[in-house]
Amino acid sequence: MIMQDPPIVELNGVNKWYGDFHVLKDIGLEVARGEKVVVCGPSGSGKSTMIRCINRLEEHQSGCIVVDGVELGDDLKAIEAIRRRVGMVFQSFNLFPHLTVLENLTLAPIRVAGMTPAEAADTAMALLERVRIPDQAAKYPGQLSGGQQQRVAIARALCLKPKVMLFDEPTSALDPEMVGEVLDVMTALASEGMTMICVTHEMAFARAVADTMVFMDEGRVVEVAKPALFFDHPANERTRRFLGKIIGH
Amino acid sequence: MSRPLSWAKANLFGSPASSLLTVLTLALLWQVVPPLVDWALIGASWGAGDPERCRAAGGACWTLLTERHRLMLFGVYPYDQHWRPALAVALFIALLAISANRRCWKPWLGGAWALAVMIFAALMWGGVLGLAPVETSQWGGLPLTLVIAVLAIAVAFPFSILLALGRRSGLPAIRAVSVGYIELVRGVPLVSVLFMASVMFPLFLPEGMTIDKVLRALVGMTLFTAAYLAEAVRGGLQAIPRGQFEAADALGLGYWRSMRLIILPQALRLVIPPIVNQFITCFKDTSLVTIVGLYDLLAASKAALNDPAWRPYFVEGYLAAALVYFCFCFFMSRYSQWLERDLRQGNR
Repeated sequence: MIMQDPPIVELNGVNKWYGDFHVLKDIGLEVARGEKVVVCGPSGSGKSTMIRCINRLEEHQSGCIVVDGVELGDDLKAIEAIRRRVGMVFQSFNLFPHLTVLENLTLAPIRVAGMTPAEAADTAMALLERVRIPDQAAKYPGQLSGGQQQRVAIARALCLKPKVMLFDEPTSALDPEMVGEVLDVMTALASEGMTMICVTHEMAFARAVADTMVFMDEGRVVEVAKPALFFDHPANERTRRFLGKIIGH
Repeated sequence: MSRPLSWAKANLFGSPASSLLTVLTLALLWQVVPPLVDWALIGASWGAGDPERCRAAGGACWTLLTERHRLMLFGVYPYDQHWRPALAVALFIALLAISANRRCWKPWLGGAWALAVMIFAALMWGGVLGLAPVETSQWGGLPLTLVIAVLAIAVAFPFSILLALGRRSGLPAIRAVSVGYIELVRGVPLVSVLFMASVMFPLFLPEGMTIDKVLRALVGMTLFTAAYLAEAVRGGLQAIPRGQFEAADALGLGYWRSMRLIILPQALRLVIPPIVNQFITCFKDTSLVTIVGLYDLLAASKAALNDPAWRPYFVEGYLAAALVYFCFCFFMSRYSQWLERDLRQGNR
């Protein structure tokens, strides 16, 4: 059934250059509704750039990216429409330091989606409940730990009820003891059926949650496979070496 | 040993060098303070009177201020109408005091300011409600200084934000216009901008059409201040991490909303010191409008001292004018420090 639906995110022949540097080479990827995709690869392989292209934080120069039936181009209205349907979680949280946690969450619903402040606050509190920090609503981001900040960032990204969530190395900037709390929230989100594209090096999380593993190297998608196959019998030599390095110790 | 003595020993005579400095400072104070007190207080002449009284007293001639303060404050504005500029100034100062309170930063404050400017204009110009009309060429003194400074700052500030955003814009045409404007205005002295506004600008107007001299000076001050403020604001924009722009974009806020709600509140907070610096500069630079024939506070004070009988006492006159400038500038400076602290509370 799922396979007959059009994919919610589709990249086709996407290329991107930074000056002369060819970051993304002919990327093709399809993500179905409800699918959890984990993208991994060595640093500089273009994985962050790729997911940042999906909500147009980066511009691609050729090929086509379609999100929820809308093609990304120069049309600003289309870009903003897509951004409202795509939530993003950053490596460095990027919470707004001059706003309280609650204001961080209600800003976009009120200003972009036209919710009333009371409605937005209700939604926000429910989300804070879900990421297990409702008692921090009145604090400023600077008063929270890294793990708490990242959970707030996840809640903020969920506020506009996105159809896809992008995670750009969400645990890389965290102290090790805080990684778990963020991954727990992400796992719970996955079990609720959210479509997720995660760039991460947390392989245990990937194995438990992913429907599809994507391995990228030097700007190319090298291997796409189910996690069981990907981890136990990687087809590509490059994938094998990468996994050997990060799981080996 | 008692507390003051041990304090003095530790702080004033802690080492030979510091003892020497203490002695020298005391000697200097001994030289300066008694004559100053003698001049400013003991030998001064107070209250109403004529220059003769000052000459007899021998010290500071505060009588000058009693006699001439209205000329200094209000210039050549018709003498019997001085209550009008006095009221106008009081109105402005009251509104400035209200605006200083952060809880009053609501949309109505903008309306209040618009209303205040209209009342100010009505009071100063007259011609309505039975007030005798007064030409702007007769305006002068503190009300002129205040209206030019406040309006120039109020208009230049939003304008400078647009310029700063324009300078960082991705659209080459907008960027070029902003950069060109800022660099052009920063490249010339304020005096020449004022001359341009008052002498050259009218040449481009159609025959018979004139723009008021005060308005022209105001436009000149505004354009000049905006260019400098824009650079201060740009400094703040540059200090905001890229992640903030990206997070705002990712929420679909769009350019203007993300600037207004996310970027500018943070950027402006960072650059309060240079912004207030520019406000203070602007306030003091209003004294340059004298070169296009306007009598601001300083020029009016100078004119009030033109009477040969009072001329020997110009020091007292200028001291008084300086004190007025100082009060406004010091208030701005203290206020900005307080505002910084107040805004920092809670976050970070």
